[in-house]
Amino acid sequence: MTDLLQQRFGSEIQAAFARYPAGREKSAALPLLYLAQAAYGHLSTEAIEEVAQLIGSDSTHVRGLAGFYSLFLEQPHGGFVVQYCNDLPCALRGSEDFLPVLEEKLGCKAGATSADGLFTLECVMCLAACDRAPMAQINLDYVYDLNPESLDLLVTELRAKAASDPERRAPFGFGPPSEMK
Amino acid sequence: MPQLNLVLRHRDIPGLHELAVYQTNGGYAQLRRAVTELTPEAVIDIVKASGLRGRGGAGFPTGLKWSFVPKGPGQKYIVVNNDESEPGTFKDHEIMLRNPHQLIEGAAIAAYAVGASAVYIYSRGEFWKSAQSFDRAIAEARAAGLLGQRLFGTDYNLEVYTSLGAGAYICGEETALLSSLQGDLGQPRLKPPFPAVAGLYARPTVVNNTETLANVPLILERGADWYKGIGTEKSPGTKVCCVSGHVERPGNYEIPLGTPFKELLAMAGGVWKGRRLKAMMPAGASSPATPGEQCMDLLLDWESMAAAGSTLGSASFIIMDETTDMVWVAMKTSQFFKHESCGKCSPCREGTFWLTKVYGRLNAGSGTTEDVALVGEIIEQIRDKCFCPLGEFALSAPRSTMAKFPEDYRRAVGTVENGAQQDG
Repeated sequence: MTDLLQQRFGSEIQAAFARYPAGREKSAALPLLYLAQAAYGHLSTEAIEEVAQLIGSDSTHVRGLAGFYSLFLEQPHGGFVVQYCNDLPCALRGSEDFLPVLEEKLGCKAGATSADGLFTLECVMCLAACDRAPMAQINLDYVYDLNPESLDLLVTELRAKAASDPERRAPFGFGPPSEMK
Repeated sequence: MPQLNLVLRHRDIPGLHELAVYQTNGGYAQLRRAVTELTPEAVIDIVKASGLRGRGGAGFPTGLKWSFVPKGPGQKYIVVNNDESEPGTFKDHEIMLRNPHQLIEGAAIAAYAVGASAVYIYSRGEFWKSAQSFDRAIAEARAAGLLGQRLFGTDYNLEVYTSLGAGAYICGEETALLSSLQGDLGQPRLKPPFPAVAGLYARPTVVNNTETLANVPLILERGADWYKGIGTEKSPGTKVCCVSGHVERPGNYEIPLGTPFKELLAMAGGVWKGRRLKAMMPAGASSPATPGEQCMDLLLDWESMAAAGSTLGSASFIIMDETTDMVWVAMKTSQFFKHESCGKCSPCREGTFWLTKVYGRLNAGSGTTEDVALVGEIIEQIRDKCFCPLGEFALSAPRSTMAKFPEDYRRAVGTVENGAQQDG
């Protein structure tokens, strides 16, 4: 059993528990899974086991949660997770046409991670920002009004950000989780 | 009829998201009045008299819902449904982000009315950043003595918390939401018992939509008669309409209920590029596609829409121009529902899978007339056989497009010659 999550986010874990009544620690499962994703990089077996132990549940249950909810990633992924909305309202404004452009810029197809490990691209369902379609979220930051030109600019910016932060990896941008308090 | 910003008041009042500005504009005065001057029953009576109905889609009378909560001691909860995951819907996010205190005050008044001492605002996980700013609004209100223990010098205690989902459409269904809030899979359960009797942690719970609760402070401030004077007799008040797709100005437009669709479309700048309206879906991906020529005179209230064989739902209008292939539309919605099926019921889990397979063939041009018939069979295999409404929702686009746009299906299977005129 590892305790990477407790080591890194001890006070955040307590803050998450404090939101729910005593004896209802299981309610903090999703907040703790977000934290575990940040601490471990993705929801590895160790991450799942630590969350299960903290909420007093079994790892089968917690693994089920990780698989059920689409913001939890069970596999290693790129430093930038690009979740590109290709649902009906975005598609009506060109998201399907722009997808090949994005794939080319990122160097990976939807559902895959780029060879340099920088990007994971996923096509996702509606993110509730159809007034600015097409749109995407990158590590949970929304980007709007996408078209081939803005996608080109966006990927250039992400590469520049990565160049200035060579250690950049996994944590999926769910941070700093201390703001959860 | 013009736009009328009540829950979108922040568009007319700069800085309304700040506590000081909100208070300058009457903010939290109604919570104070409710807690210090009104009985819970009196608050419920005002909301009942206003005719306020749920804005999440079902249109259930809000005051009546509150009155179902048993009286007496014991823990009760208000849970705010801010999951907002229906494709084409983006109103609650704007309220949460730009007018947070009106939502907090509305939820707090609801809590007082039913005797709840805790409110959970459940947002979809993608609203992570917005939930952080919302948490700051809660903390500001608490620091100012507007939430917390012994409120306004009374014995009433109230805490408000945010809670995040993690990406699951089904959590917009109230029993699935409650299950998710308890740290379980977001899957619906049988009703009864209804949440008003056994909800969060099996305690009496009211689940209300964000927009619904954001109406409440103004109803208390200006009175039930004022509210009933807006909209129609059975659908009073305003509705925030989300307009997306092929329009010049996609966005949220708050209108008095009963406004004609053509006025809403004009507010959004009309169909883009000067094109003709082929179809619209009035309540997101889960609603039937209505041909353009049948849309213009529709009145946007629950009764009128139901009488026209459609639905107002959450008022999320997906607009489609004359170039849109309705077989493609049905494929897109099928892909959505396949992805979002929670897997509890086989007809929905397997049926949506097969719908995407068959629509994939039809959309690729490799489908046959047998495939079209197969869609009809799959619809029958799902219809009325699922636990929650998601199974039915998945059928709206296939059924309506097959019934209203048969020429698109004929073209998909190659029975319409190239260049043949279509009438949409």
